[in-house]
Amino acid sequence: MALLTHELKASYAFIERNFFLSRRYWGWEVAFLVYSAAGALSISLIGAQAGDPRLILTLVVGAIFWNYLSVVFSWIAETIAIERWEGTLEYTMMAPVRRSTHLFGAVAYAMIYGLIHTAAILLAVMLFFPDLSLGHADPLTVGAFFVLGSFSFVGIAMLAAILPLLYVERGAQMTFVLQSVLLLVSGVYYSIDVLPGWMQVVSWFSPATYALHGVRAGLIDGVPLAALWADVWPLLVAGAILIPFGLWAFGRAERYAKRTGKLKRVG
Amino acid sequence: MTTTLEQPNTTHRSVASPEAAVRVALELLERDLVTEPEVRPEPATIPALAVERVTKRFHVGGKRRPVTAIHDVSLRLERGGTIGILGANGSGKSTLIRLVSGLLTLDEGRVEVFGHDIVRDEMAVKRLINRVSVDAAFFKKLSPMENLLFAARLYGIDAGQARREAVVICGRLGIAEKRLSRPVEQLSRGMQQKVAIARALLTSPALLLLDEPTTGLDPRSKLEVQAFIEDVRTNHDASIVLTTHDLDEAERLCDRIAVLNDGRVVVQDTPAALKRLVAERHGQAPTMHAVFMTYTGRSLDDDVEDDDHDDE
Repeated sequence: MALLTHELKASYAFIERNFFLSRRYWGWEVAFLVYSAAGALSISLIGAQAGDPRLILTLVVGAIFWNYLSVVFSWIAETIAIERWEGTLEYTMMAPVRRSTHLFGAVAYAMIYGLIHTAAILLAVMLFFPDLSLGHADPLTVGAFFVLGSFSFVGIAMLAAILPLLYVERGAQMTFVLQSVLLLVSGVYYSIDVLPGWMQVVSWFSPATYALHGVRAGLIDGVPLAALWADVWPLLVAGAILIPFGLWAFGRAERYAKRTGKLKRVG
Repeated sequence: MTTTLEQPNTTHRSVASPEAAVRVALELLERDLVTEPEVRPEPATIPALAVERVTKRFHVGGKRRPVTAIHDVSLRLERGGTIGILGANGSGKSTLIRLVSGLLTLDEGRVEVFGHDIVRDEMAVKRLINRVSVDAAFFKKLSPMENLLFAARLYGIDAGQARREAVVICGRLGIAEKRLSRPVEQLSRGMQQKVAIARALLTSPALLLLDEPTTGLDPRSKLEVQAFIEDVRTNHDASIVLTTHDLDEAERLCDRIAVLNDGRVVVQDTPAALKRLVAERHGQAPTMHAVFMTYTGRSLDDDVEDDDHDDE
């Protein structure tokens, strides 16, 4: 019990530190929020121009849900990169904290931050499109896919966080490229059917593909969760495999970094 | 050559430039206002640090043949003692500190901290040690207090307790409480280094690893930090490994000194014995400068001019 308490306190250290960072960089946080809201509105206005309420909803869901996933992904994937920029990585790695505890703290803050950030953008969109109808929405389906999508994406983000450990100079850029690929192939703003064949195959491996399809089905058409099993099971499998695998791989990467001296250098 | 290992002189020295405030801070620390680590040091018979035949190699620049940064190094630090590691830039001082810190894996040999093997008992060792490096690394936009709170929480110290202790320790190091809420980046280099020392002390380390803690500090800050280190050792029962380019500092603070050259310990003994050695065997003046010159093959001035702190 004492061990669990210690680990929870240590996890909270990362949550609190990230909150301190957000607070110190509040100007950038506001700028990022405005940019994200403007982006979501701009994309949604394409649907307005087409005069198609369904298209507006499709785009709004894509913009908002992708915002959430990408914010969660960034905070987790940059866990190591941030410490490299600041030069504190060695001190954090020296602390008597399990890596799972470290990552749990990063994930918890990422989700809290992502929810607040996304709620603000959702509010902006609702104010801009007051006539959007969500009367058919199935809240259970939407909520379930939000949770499932979050956890399956966490596993990928943990794997991405390894890159700055392995590649001092280019690791952070690699995580950005990975995030961009996920955006491209996951059907965020369009159906994956319009992608070239080989890219559709890639989309099968992105949890965001299933999460977005599920959220849209639940929000726009009110499809019950039970009818979306084809989207649920890939997310369950992705979360069940990727999170433990991400933790394991992170441990291996840390050991590699310690063997080769890559914890030391600042990228 | 390596002179015979001797028991370090653990007799408490008088503080050369005593600052009463520093003493008060350390007395507070002794009264357990800081959370005790879960793993306590073993009895005095077990050394604070035992480095046995440690070797570390790196592959640099894609070359197949590795560079040996640390070669068959053995050291022993008794509880409450201070060992100084001297050597030119690139001699392996910081690599050795990183090996003891668990930030690098060992290729050969073993390291024990108060009897805990750093590979098998990694967590136990982590609770016993802390480190201050030449570059005071912080989240620069955060305040010293926010940085210290983060560090304290990682070591299981409650926030309230950490805040109180941070104020006391920083106060004794000459950092006013009002400065603790400003971003670290607004502090001078010397102030940042003092906060780094406060961060280490906040966790009550039984083994303190100081990697050039006074490099780049102005003379006043250097003296304050040295006095603090002296008092930490004397009053706080901490064992200390100190790497430095300041030979006077090494002589003043260390019971024993090991000289590293190209990753090997070429000589180690008490400062007095080393000075006697260079006088008797090499006909040099009995100074630490002569010791450094004799066993590293370069002058201190040459070394200091090389501003690269990369010891790998």
